[in-house]
Amino acid sequence: MNALTRAVRGLIGLFIDDGKLALTVIGVLILVGLLTHLGSLDGSLAMALLVAGTIGALLVNVIRTASKVKR
Amino acid sequence: MIGSIHAWSTIASAFLASSVEAVEALTVVLAVGVVRGWRSALLGTVAALALLAGLVAVFGSALGSVPVALLQLVVGTLLLLFGIRWLRKAMLRSAGVIALHDEAAIYQEAVLALSGASASTLPNSRSKWDPIAIATAFKAVTLEGVEVIVIVIGLGAVRGLLGAASLGALAACLLVVAAGLVLHRPLARVPENSLKFVVGILMTAFGLFWFGEGVGLQWPYADAAILGLMAILAVASWLGITVAEHLGATGKRAAIRGGSA
Repeated sequence: MNALTRAVRGLIGLFIDDGKLALTVIGVLILVGLLTHLGSLDGSLAMALLVAGTIGALLVNVIRTASKVKR
Repeated sequence: MIGSIHAWSTIASAFLASSVEAVEALTVVLAVGVVRGWRSALLGTVAALALLAGLVAVFGSALGSVPVALLQLVVGTLLLLFGIRWLRKAMLRSAGVIALHDEAAIYQEAVLALSGASASTLPNSRSKWDPIAIATAFKAVTLEGVEVIVIVIGLGAVRGLLGAASLGALAACLLVVAAGLVLHRPLARVPENSLKFVVGILMTAFGLFWFGEGVGLQWPYADAAILGLMAILAVASWLGITVAEHLGATGKRAAIRGGSA
């Protein structure tokens, strides 16, 4: 059981290093997916939201981590 | 033209990403071989490769029955999370926020750990099977190998480029193993962080592209949009590193002022 738990954790760890960043990115993906599916977002706007949301989440996370660590 | 861009970027991405993983696995296998004997190190490696081959056979055949849109969504999401994890780490390392990955230090740590365990458990003769050595090599190769499989499936599954992605990964693994055989020491000079930075950008770009296609978005210039996404990610990452470095310098100045006050 312990080995299985470790294996599952290891597998999740392949994709998630920082939980907050992963959740934010998944949030952006769900938002883009929902808005596109409902037809309430134009294609180019959806692309912009997808790219800007992901990059924004990454930059905020990196800058926050840097300011915390080096303070 | 666009098809060849896609194939070559897939091969290059799989090659670069897999070389990082192969270097990490080689470091541990080398330490195991040197300290506990090559027979057990190689047995652990071969057993792990057999398990990985089984995983590839199972998942490879299952992928064919998954609808393309669902595959794009799932693969895009996983590739995006995988890529952004690497990109974040590479950015923080470039900015000096976290320490660089040091294969030589990791090798020494592994050698020390395995030597420490050897006092009571090392077999009398190096020709005997050594469970600790087998397990250590098996674990390292399996963990890094699963990452290679994720990379290959993520990059190649959607457009039927599994062969191209596998070719890139195989070439990287063979090259790293050949270098390890020649050098007999960890490949400490591989610019691991730069590779991780580039691969993080490539995989994040592929992830964004696949996810977008999965939800029905039509990217401008089709597959060539991946190149544009890579460029945007590279510029954004550079900006992020610059700001993080600046924050570090400001923090150090504040600490010096605080210390002298």
